[in-house]
Amino acid sequence: MSAENDPTQRVAIGISFGNSYSSIAYTTGEGRAEVIANEDGDRQIPSFLSYVEGEELHGGQAKPQIVRNAKNTVAYFRDFLGQEFKSIDPTAAHQSAHAVQHESTVAFKIRDTQEETENEVTVSTITSRHLTRLRKSASDYLGKAVNSAVITVPTNFSDAQKDALNKAAKEAGIEVLQFISEPTAAVLAYDARPDAKLADKIIVVADLGGTRSDIAVIASRGGIYTVLATVHDYEVTGLKLDQVLMDYFAKEFLKKNKDASDPREDARGLAKLKLECEAVKKALSIGSSANFSVESLVGGIDYTATINRTRYDLLGNKLFGAFSRLVLHAVEKANLDPLDITEVILAGGNANTPKVASTVAAAFPETTTILAPSTSSSAIIPSELAVRGAAIQASLIQEFDLEDIEQSSHPAVTVTPHLAHAVGVLCISGDETSGIFHPIVETETSLPVRRTAIIATPREGGDVLIKLAEGLRHIKVTKPEPKPKAEKDEDDSDDDESDEEEEVREKTWKVGNVLSEAAIRGVKKGGKVEVQINIGADLGVNAIYREVGGKGGVRGIIQGSKASNGSA
Amino acid sequence: MAAVQISLPLPVLPEGWTGEKEFKSIGQLSAANDRNIEPVGHHFLAHARRKRHKRTFSEDDRIQAQVNVKKVEDEDEGEISEPEDPVMLQREAKDWKGQDHYAVLGITKYRWRATEDQIKRAHRKKVLKHHPDKKAAAGGTEDDQFFKCIQKATEVLSDPVKRRQFDSVDEAAEVEPPSKKDSQKGNFYKLWGKVFESEGRFSNNRPVPKLGNEKSTKEEVETFYNFWYNFDSWRTFEYLDEDVPDDNENRDQKRHVERKNQNSRRKKKTEDTVRLRKLVDDCLALDERIKKFRQQENAQKNKRRLDKEAETKRLAEEAAKAKEEEARLAAEKEAADKASKVEGKKAKEAAKNAAKKNKRVVRGAVKDANYFHAAGDAPASQIDSALGDVDSIIAKIDNEELAALTSKLNGKKDAAEIKQIFQDETKRLVGAGKLKDGELKSLS
Ligand SMILES: Nc1ncnc2c1ncn2[C@@H]1O[C@H](COP(=O)(O)OP(=O)(O)OP(=O)(O)O)[C@@H](O)[C@H]1O
Ligand SMILES: Nc1ncnc2c1ncn2[C@@H]1O[C@H](COP(=O)(O)OP(=O)(O)OP(=O)(O)O)[C@@H](O)[C@H]1O
Ligand SMILES: [Mg+2]
Ligand SMILES: [Mg+2]
Repeated sequence: MSAENDPTQRVAIGISFGNSYSSIAYTTGEGRAEVIANEDGDRQIPSFLSYVEGEELHGGQAKPQIVRNAKNTVAYFRDFLGQEFKSIDPTAAHQSAHAVQHESTVAFKIRDTQEETENEVTVSTITSRHLTRLRKSASDYLGKAVNSAVITVPTNFSDAQKDALNKAAKEAGIEVLQFISEPTAAVLAYDARPDAKLADKIIVVADLGGTRSDIAVIASRGGIYTVLATVHDYEVTGLKLDQVLMDYFAKEFLKKNKDASDPREDARGLAKLKLECEAVKKALSIGSSANFSVESLVGGIDYTATINRTRYDLLGNKLFGAFSRLVLHAVEKANLDPLDITEVILAGGNANTPKVASTVAAAFPETTTILAPSTSSSAIIPSELAVRGAAIQASLIQEFDLEDIEQSSHPAVTVTPHLAHAVGVLCISGDETSGIFHPIVETETSLPVRRTAIIATPREGGDVLIKLAEGLRHIKVTKPEPKPKAEKDEDDSDDDESDEEEEVREKTWKVGNVLSEAAIRGVKKGGKVEVQINIGADLGVNAIYREVGGKGGVRGIIQGSKASNGSA
Repeated sequence: MAAVQISLPLPVLPEGWTGEKEFKSIGQLSAANDRNIEPVGHHFLAHARRKRHKRTFSEDDRIQAQVNVKKVEDEDEGEISEPEDPVMLQREAKDWKGQDHYAVLGITKYRWRATEDQIKRAHRKKVLKHHPDKKAAAGGTEDDQFFKCIQKATEVLSDPVKRRQFDSVDEAAEVEPPSKKDSQKGNFYKLWGKVFESEGRFSNNRPVPKLGNEKSTKEEVETFYNFWYNFDSWRTFEYLDEDVPDDNENRDQKRHVERKNQNSRRKKKTEDTVRLRKLVDDCLALDERIKKFRQQENAQKNKRRLDKEAETKRLAEEAAKAKEEEARLAAEKEAADKASKVEGKKAKEAAKNAAKKNKRVVRGAVKDANYFHAAGDAPASQIDSALGDVDSIIAKIDNEELAALTSKLNGKKDAAEIKQIFQDETKRLVGAGKLKDGELKSLS
């Protein structure tokens, strides 16, 4: 066993490797994830490499090189890894070194040495160099040689892509302990906070990154996560938002400088515009206005201007709306309703933009929590979610053998039956004579599972009936009765009228299969009944009923309908 | 996990509920879905520990595990399926208004039916293939004209307003109405159905009723034509606008073009409304169902008339019959009455005669009984008294009793016997309260 493969010798970190930015993080002795700033002080490190006379620039140093040294600057390359040339989308890399075909994979033709000749450097090598720089930054910060990591990838990253990334990491001296998906890492980042409470939730992770947006709908049940649906889009992106600002400032510039040429038609002008617009966009996440300032934008003309946030909100409106539609589409793909969503975690750098959060928030009911910097003071920085999750996971598994980790991540372990419907009890409410379903185990809970409920009894106590049933979630839509027109003297505005017409949507339950009945007799006044439900992988149910603080109890078994595959 | 707290109370146990050890199993859980849980977090590690506890998974277990897992990621987009017309690939982006956006994206088989998702995927495929960097890498020029056509097509088709403007004038999506001849060759529903399905894309109201087939009900057919005669269309013609000069120099020219465009749009819209109305007229004229319904209606009308006539006739006949029957019954009754009257008279006569005869017999019997005198000739007073008493008896009894009395007396010659019979009769009458005891002196 080599030193770096020996679990006791591991120094593990979390890495989020995006097309636009990468981040590194570690977990402290107290179990807190900390994002590491590199030597430039950046926690969001641009995934850029640039070569000047054989010297390699990285991150924030490399990014500005797209102005003078675009041909030897490599950027937006993660999604090229492990792909055939014909399957890649070279759009984002168009303003830096172009992707070329290299055998069946992708490479960049760059001058990366002091020689005059251009080399075809494969995307694997580029990735390896990038990861080497990240590893070095982390090692410098921690004062220990980092040798392993958990790396986040999108949910649709193929095995071929993971293999390629794994190899590139190895080249960089990093043993990949595990690839985990970006949205799951984000959920883990929230759940690993010391004040987090374990709860059953449906979470949507909505990630608006630089070159893509990714939505995942995740069932979180007692700390077990299941991805129910995903949506990926490559048109609704941070780069497109930058473009909106670029077009705006270019036009403003042309208005002011009638005889100047369009900076977008000039390679350098375009690159300067691009860098400045991204900076302006970031500034507008915090301030209500931002300054645009570029020296010699085009034809030697300096240009400064200001923009307020409202203007940007308006300019980006179409894209914000499109993003929000993607989020709803994912919910729909999971066969769910916005009313089913407990939380929306906004991730990716552009989630810092208040309008992104408010547009998404408007698509969900009040009951849905929107976790973004502008909507929640306790939100985690959106660009740090994935890396924090990765660091937490790294700390959880770094003591295990790789073989052990692989065994545990295999479908033989990860594939489990999930409840098709919620399971709960029928209760009585004031006006309804028939029972009202109250869930105890939610739908899409992984089996086996154990859950306990404490249930009230009638005011006088006595004998009670506990009926277990499946509950079918139902969205009740109520169209309000058209109210008689208000008197003329109370001059009502048009707004009032449209308000009246709005239908009310509620989440309710319909009683499905009744599973069992049980009796608890002689419950004392004000007493409560505790029900413990155990559901096996074979769908067998073992329920235990007792009065809280009482003696004895009732136990019941419902046979499973499925032969257990031994996964219990 | 913390216990679930439920504040709604449990129901009271129904009277007479029983269960073995207080429990009754009733149903089973619905089939579960196999899904992948994320191998992340410490709760997962606990799960993995439990699941792997003291067991190794065979290769078969490992393969079986994934068989029924619910898919989360979409299938690979695959290759572009529609062949690309080489002439189209030569297009210039500046002529974007004249391009068939659906053809550029390779989704001509969907056109206005294409979903947002289909457009998105089609766009992605085209970008991957036609990005100028790929051409350059393949040794070609960095010609990005067709790539720009792709971007323009996507820009138009993914903007609902712009897409409607294009769909409004998408000639390739139009379905020409069939000729009269073709309509009558038995393909009426198929041919016209397609026409209306295509026209229906412009409808503001949904769902758009279908043409249907020969089995459609009259209501369905009526709903269909009503819908089309009141068609509410979003079709608009600004896509065919002449370009408005956007320089600020020539304001008048600008306004002129704008006005021209407005008029042209209005004119085209009116023409379209007329076109559609004619289309519906033509279809209606050829629609066999309309004839069928009219015939059915006529037949029904006729039937109703005939039914009505038959009914009137039947009623008249019935009335006549009833009258006849009434007359017959009346005649019969009259005859019977007459007969019974005669009969009654005769009977009365006979009874009268019989009574007369009987009275004679009775009175004769008095004489035979020697007027109830003991021995020897009866004195006149005795005769008077006896005859008087017997007359009193006769007066008190009716014809039947008289007949009975007569039959008792018939043939009797013995005076004592006869007297006894009269005395019995007297007793009977006293018993019946018709005579007073001792009233009849001769018989006491
Ligand atoms: N504070 C901010 N406000 C607004 N936008 C920001 C902010 N910080 C970063 N961004 C934007 O977020 C995007 C990068 O996000 P992130 O780091 O999540 O992307 P990534 O995962 O590396 O990218 P990709 O989607 O390309 O893989 C860029 O468009 C960037 O301009
Ligand atoms: N034997 C079992 N059968 C079925 N489900 C189980 C079983 N043991 C645990 N579980 C499920 O796994 C979840 C986690 O259980 P576990 O006891 O490992 O952690 P915990 O003690 O609830 O949480 P923590 O580790 O945060 O204190 C439980 O809520 C339950 O749903
Ligand atoms: Mg990132
Ligand atoms: Mg990302």
